[in-house]
Amino acid sequence: MNLFAEILIAASLVISGIFGFVGSYGLIKLKDSIQRLHAPTKATTLGVGGVLVASMIFFFADTGRLSVHELLITLFLFLTAPITANFIAKAYMARNLRPGELPDSTGSCGWSVYDDPPEAVQED
Amino acid sequence: MLNKLIPHPLLSLTMLLVWLGLVNTFTLGNLILGTAFGVIIPMVTAAYWPDRPKVGRPVKIVEYFAIVLWDIIVANVQVAMIILFRREAEIRSHWIPVPLELTSAEAITVLAGTITMTPGTVSATLSADGSCILVHCLHTDEPDAVRDGIKARYEGRLKEIFQ
Repeated sequence: MNLFAEILIAASLVISGIFGFVGSYGLIKLKDSIQRLHAPTKATTLGVGGVLVASMIFFFADTGRLSVHELLITLFLFLTAPITANFIAKAYMARNLRPGELPDSTGSCGWSVYDDPPEAVQED
Repeated sequence: MLNKLIPHPLLSLTMLLVWLGLVNTFTLGNLILGTAFGVIIPMVTAAYWPDRPKVGRPVKIVEYFAIVLWDIIVANVQVAMIILFRREAEIRSHWIPVPLELTSAEAITVLAGTITMTPGTVSATLSADGSCILVHCLHTDEPDAVRDGIKARYEGRLKEIFQ
Protein backbone atom coordinates (compact mmCIF):
# COMPACT_ATOMS: atom_id res chain seq x y z
CA MET A 1 0.00 0.00 0.00
CA ASN A 2 1.48 3.34 -0.94
CA LEU A 3 1.86 6.40 1.22
CA PHE A 4 -0.78 8.41 -0.62
CA ALA A 5 -3.47 5.83 0.10
CA GLU A 6 -2.41 5.69 3.73
CA ILE A 7 -2.69 9.48 4.07
CA LEU A 8 -6.18 9.43 2.51
CA ILE A 9 -7.30 6.63 4.83
CA ALA A 10 -5.92 8.37 7.90
CA ALA A 11 -7.55 11.67 6.92
CA SER A 12 -10.95 10.03 6.40
CA LEU A 13 -10.73 8.29 9.76
CA VAL A 14 -9.79 11.48 11.58
CA ILE A 15 -12.62 13.43 9.91
CA SER A 16 -15.11 10.72 10.79
CA GLY A 17 -13.85 10.66 14.36
CA ILE A 18 -14.29 14.42 14.73
CA PHE A 19 -17.82 14.40 13.35
CA GLY A 20 -18.83 11.36 15.37
CA PHE A 21 -17.61 13.13 18.49
CA VAL A 22 -19.37 16.40 17.67
CA GLY A 23 -22.60 14.53 16.95
CA SER A 24 -22.44 12.83 20.32
CA TYR A 25 -21.48 16.05 22.10
CA GLY A 26 -24.52 17.69 20.54
CA LEU A 27 -26.69 15.20 22.40
CA ILE A 28 -25.46 16.63 25.72
CA LYS A 29 -25.38 20.25 24.71
CA LEU A 30 -28.67 20.90 22.94
CA LYS A 31 -31.61 21.53 25.20
CA ASP A 32 -34.65 19.53 24.09
CA SER A 33 -35.36 16.32 22.21
CA ILE A 34 -36.24 17.99 18.94
CA GLN A 35 -32.98 19.98 18.90
CA ARG A 36 -30.98 16.93 19.92
CA LEU A 37 -32.49 15.11 16.97
CA HIS A 38 -30.42 17.30 14.64
CA ALA A 39 -27.10 16.12 16.02
CA PRO A 40 -27.32 12.39 15.24
CA THR A 41 -29.20 12.77 11.93
CA LYS A 42 -26.58 15.03 10.41
CA ALA A 43 -23.25 15.28 12.17
CA THR A 44 -23.10 11.50 12.39
CA THR A 45 -23.73 10.93 8.69
CA LEU A 46 -20.26 12.23 7.91
CA GLY A 47 -18.93 10.32 10.93
CA VAL A 48 -20.08 7.00 9.48
CA GLY A 49 -19.38 8.17 5.92
CA GLY A 50 -15.71 8.84 6.72
CA VAL A 51 -15.19 5.30 8.03
CA LEU A 52 -16.85 3.89 4.92
CA VAL A 53 -14.69 5.97 2.58
CA ALA A 54 -11.59 4.90 4.50
CA SER A 55 -12.68 1.26 4.22
CA MET A 56 -13.24 1.55 0.47
CA ILE A 57 -9.82 3.14 -0.10
CA PHE A 58 -8.15 0.52 2.10
CA PHE A 59 -9.61 -2.45 0.26
CA PHE A 60 -8.97 -0.83 -3.11
CA ALA A 61 -5.33 -0.16 -2.24
CA ASP A 62 -4.87 -3.53 -0.55
CA THR A 63 -6.56 -5.91 -2.98
CA GLY A 64 -7.02 -3.75 -6.07
CA ARG A 65 -10.74 -4.57 -6.15
CA LEU A 66 -13.54 -2.12 -5.61
CA SER A 67 -15.66 -3.03 -2.59
CA VAL A 68 -19.33 -2.07 -2.86
CA HIS A 69 -20.48 -3.12 0.63
CA GLU A 70 -19.74 0.40 1.82
CA LEU A 71 -22.00 1.93 -0.82
CA LEU A 72 -24.81 -0.33 0.35
CA ILE A 73 -24.26 0.70 3.98
CA THR A 74 -24.50 4.33 2.86
CA LEU A 75 -27.69 3.56 0.95
CA PHE A 76 -29.31 1.78 3.90
CA LEU A 77 -28.23 4.57 6.24
CA PHE A 78 -29.82 7.19 4.00
CA LEU A 79 -33.02 5.14 3.90
CA THR A 80 -33.30 4.47 7.63
CA ALA A 81 -31.94 7.63 9.32
CA PRO A 82 -34.71 10.01 8.11
CA ILE A 83 -37.43 7.52 9.05
CA THR A 84 -36.09 7.06 12.57
CA ALA A 85 -35.78 10.84 12.94
CA ASN A 86 -39.34 11.26 11.71
CA PHE A 87 -40.66 8.76 14.27
CA ILE A 88 -38.82 10.48 17.11
CA ALA A 89 -40.09 13.89 15.95
CA LYS A 90 -43.68 12.61 15.86
CA ALA A 91 -43.38 11.04 19.29
CA TYR A 92 -42.00 14.33 20.61
CA MET A 93 -44.87 16.31 19.06
CA ALA A 94 -47.49 13.95 20.46
CA ARG A 95 -46.03 14.01 23.97
CA ASN A 96 -44.76 17.55 24.46
CA LEU A 97 -46.58 19.96 22.16
CA ARG A 98 -50.15 21.17 21.83
CA PRO A 99 -51.49 22.01 18.35
CA GLY A 100 -51.53 25.74 19.23
CA GLU A 101 -47.78 25.80 19.77
CA LEU A 102 -47.06 24.93 16.15
CA PRO A 103 -47.57 27.15 13.11
CA ASP A 104 -50.74 26.31 11.16
CA SER A 105 -50.46 24.19 8.04
CA THR A 106 -51.05 26.05 4.82
CA GLY A 107 -53.57 23.46 3.61
CA SER A 108 -57.17 22.91 4.71
CA CYS A 109 -56.28 20.21 7.28
CA GLY A 110 -54.19 20.42 10.43
CA TRP A 111 -51.04 18.39 11.15
CA SER A 112 -51.54 14.64 10.92
CA VAL A 113 -50.30 14.07 14.49
CA TYR A 114 -53.42 15.84 15.81
CA ASP A 115 -55.95 15.78 12.95
CA ASP A 116 -57.59 12.97 11.02
CA PRO A 117 -57.27 12.84 7.25
CA PRO A 118 -60.22 14.27 5.26
CA GLU A 119 -61.88 10.89 4.52
CA ALA A 120 -62.09 9.95 8.19
CA VAL A 121 -63.64 13.31 9.02
CA GLN A 122 -66.35 12.85 6.41
CA GLU A 123 -67.35 9.46 7.79
CA ASP A 124 -68.31 10.88 11.18
CA MET B 1 -47.02 -10.95 -20.48
CA LEU B 2 -43.87 -9.04 -19.70
CA ASN B 3 -45.91 -6.81 -17.42
CA LYS B 4 -47.12 -9.85 -15.47
CA LEU B 5 -43.64 -11.28 -15.20
CA ILE B 6 -41.91 -8.04 -14.19
CA PRO B 7 -44.58 -5.85 -12.59
CA HIS B 8 -42.07 -3.36 -11.28
CA PRO B 9 -38.95 -3.12 -13.48
CA LEU B 10 -37.20 -0.53 -11.31
CA LEU B 11 -37.65 -2.65 -8.20
CA SER B 12 -36.36 -5.71 -10.07
CA LEU B 13 -33.27 -3.81 -11.16
CA THR B 14 -32.71 -2.52 -7.61
CA MET B 15 -33.02 -6.05 -6.18
CA LEU B 16 -30.44 -7.32 -8.67
CA LEU B 17 -27.98 -4.50 -7.97
CA VAL B 18 -28.37 -4.75 -4.17
CA TRP B 19 -27.86 -8.53 -4.34
CA LEU B 20 -24.70 -8.13 -6.45
CA GLY B 21 -23.52 -5.50 -3.97
CA LEU B 22 -24.21 -7.73 -0.98
CA VAL B 23 -22.22 -10.70 -2.31
CA ASN B 24 -19.56 -8.22 -3.46
CA THR B 25 -18.29 -10.48 -6.26
CA PHE B 26 -19.58 -10.46 -9.80
CA THR B 27 -20.04 -14.02 -11.09
CA LEU B 28 -22.54 -15.58 -13.48
CA GLY B 29 -24.12 -17.56 -10.65
CA ASN B 30 -24.73 -14.43 -8.60
CA LEU B 31 -26.12 -12.64 -11.63
CA ILE B 32 -28.64 -15.45 -12.20
CA LEU B 33 -29.58 -15.65 -8.52
CA GLY B 34 -29.95 -11.85 -8.37
CA THR B 35 -32.16 -11.90 -11.45
CA ALA B 36 -34.27 -14.63 -9.85
CA PHE B 37 -34.73 -12.44 -6.75
CA GLY B 38 -35.51 -9.48 -9.01
CA VAL B 39 -38.33 -11.46 -10.63
CA ILE B 40 -39.75 -13.35 -7.64
CA ILE B 41 -39.77 -10.66 -4.94
CA PRO B 42 -41.60 -7.95 -6.98
CA MET B 43 -44.14 -10.60 -8.05
CA VAL B 44 -44.83 -11.66 -4.46
CA THR B 45 -45.00 -8.09 -3.16
CA ALA B 46 -46.89 -6.61 -6.16
CA ALA B 47 -49.99 -6.17 -3.98
CA TYR B 48 -48.14 -3.59 -1.86
CA TRP B 49 -47.32 -1.39 -4.84
CA PRO B 50 -50.72 -0.17 -6.01
CA ASP B 51 -49.45 2.91 -7.86
CA ARG B 52 -46.08 2.90 -9.47
CA PRO B 53 -44.56 6.36 -9.58
CA LYS B 54 -43.45 7.42 -13.02
CA VAL B 55 -39.78 8.11 -12.65
CA GLY B 56 -38.11 9.78 -15.56
CA ARG B 57 -35.05 11.72 -16.58
CA PRO B 58 -32.06 9.70 -15.33
CA VAL B 59 -29.78 12.71 -15.75
CA LYS B 60 -31.96 14.71 -13.36
CA ILE B 61 -31.85 11.87 -10.82
CA VAL B 62 -28.06 11.77 -10.91
CA GLU B 63 -27.96 15.56 -10.61
CA TYR B 64 -30.34 15.42 -7.65
CA PHE B 65 -28.21 12.79 -5.87
CA ALA B 66 -25.06 14.81 -6.44
CA ILE B 67 -26.68 17.97 -5.04
CA VAL B 68 -28.06 16.13 -2.00
CA LEU B 69 -24.72 14.46 -1.33
CA TRP B 70 -22.94 17.81 -1.44
CA ASP B 71 -25.61 19.39 0.78
CA ILE B 72 -25.23 16.57 3.31
CA ILE B 73 -21.52 17.36 3.64
CA VAL B 74 -22.25 21.09 3.99
CA ALA B 75 -25.02 20.33 6.49
CA ASN B 76 -22.67 18.23 8.58
CA VAL B 77 -20.17 21.07 8.85
CA GLN B 78 -22.88 23.67 9.57
CA VAL B 79 -24.52 21.61 12.31
CA ALA B 80 -21.13 20.78 13.81
CA MET B 81 -20.30 24.52 13.92
CA ILE B 82 -23.62 25.32 15.59
CA ILE B 83 -23.09 22.60 18.19
CA LEU B 84 -19.51 23.59 18.93
CA PHE B 85 -19.48 27.38 18.76
CA ARG B 86 -22.93 28.65 19.66
CA ARG B 87 -24.09 29.17 23.18
CA GLU B 88 -27.27 27.34 24.03
CA ALA B 89 -29.30 30.54 24.43
CA GLU B 90 -28.24 31.75 20.99
CA ILE B 91 -29.66 28.79 19.11
CA ARG B 92 -32.97 29.92 17.65
CA SER B 93 -35.02 26.98 16.47
CA HIS B 94 -38.09 27.41 14.29
CA TRP B 95 -41.01 25.31 13.14
CA ILE B 96 -41.52 26.03 9.45
CA PRO B 97 -44.58 24.88 7.46
CA VAL B 98 -43.67 24.24 3.83
CA PRO B 99 -46.59 24.00 1.36
CA LEU B 100 -46.15 21.08 -1.04
CA GLU B 101 -46.82 20.97 -4.76
CA LEU B 102 -45.77 17.32 -4.98
CA THR B 103 -48.67 14.88 -4.84
CA SER B 104 -47.25 11.37 -5.17
CA ALA B 105 -46.45 9.63 -1.89
CA GLU B 106 -43.05 8.49 -3.15
CA ALA B 107 -41.98 11.99 -4.13
CA ILE B 108 -43.03 13.39 -0.74
CA THR B 109 -41.13 10.58 1.00
CA VAL B 110 -37.96 11.40 -0.92
CA LEU B 111 -38.40 15.11 -0.14
CA ALA B 112 -38.95 14.42 3.58
CA GLY B 113 -35.85 12.22 3.67
CA THR B 114 -33.81 14.87 1.89
CA ILE B 115 -34.98 17.58 4.30
CA THR B 116 -33.96 15.46 7.26
CA MET B 117 -30.50 14.72 5.86
CA THR B 118 -29.65 18.29 4.80
CA PRO B 119 -29.01 21.79 6.18
CA GLY B 120 -30.10 22.05 9.78
CA THR B 121 -33.63 20.80 9.16
CA VAL B 122 -35.70 17.77 10.19
CA SER B 123 -39.04 16.96 8.59
CA ALA B 124 -41.45 16.35 11.46
CA THR B 125 -44.89 15.62 10.05
CA LEU B 126 -47.29 16.13 7.18
CA SER B 127 -50.61 17.91 7.31
CA ALA B 128 -53.48 15.41 7.36
CA ASP B 129 -54.29 15.95 3.67
CA GLY B 130 -50.64 15.76 2.60
CA SER B 131 -50.55 19.29 1.24
CA CYS B 132 -48.00 20.73 3.65
CA ILE B 133 -44.92 19.46 5.48
CA LEU B 134 -43.76 20.65 8.90
CA VAL B 135 -40.03 21.21 9.14
CA HIS B 136 -38.01 21.88 12.27
CA CYS B 137 -34.98 24.08 11.72
CA LEU B 138 -32.17 23.94 14.28
CA HIS B 139 -30.98 27.49 13.83
CA THR B 140 -32.05 30.23 11.45
CA ASP B 141 -32.81 33.92 11.50
CA GLU B 142 -34.91 33.82 8.34
CA PRO B 143 -37.49 30.99 8.36
CA ASP B 144 -38.96 32.18 5.06
CA ALA B 145 -35.62 31.87 3.29
CA VAL B 146 -35.30 28.26 4.50
CA ARG B 147 -38.77 27.48 3.17
CA ASP B 148 -38.05 29.04 -0.22
CA GLY B 149 -34.70 27.26 -0.36
CA ILE B 150 -36.31 23.85 0.17
CA LYS B 151 -38.95 24.57 -2.46
CA ALA B 152 -36.50 25.81 -5.08
CA ARG B 153 -33.60 23.46 -4.48
CA TYR B 154 -35.31 20.13 -3.84
CA GLU B 155 -39.02 20.26 -4.60
CA GLY B 156 -38.58 21.83 -8.02
CA ARG B 157 -36.13 19.11 -9.07
CA LEU B 158 -38.27 16.30 -7.62
CA LYS B 159 -41.26 17.63 -9.56
CA GLU B 160 -39.29 17.25 -12.78
CA ILE B 161 -38.18 13.72 -11.83
CA PHE B 162 -41.53 12.34 -10.68
CA GLN B 163 -43.77 13.85 -13.35
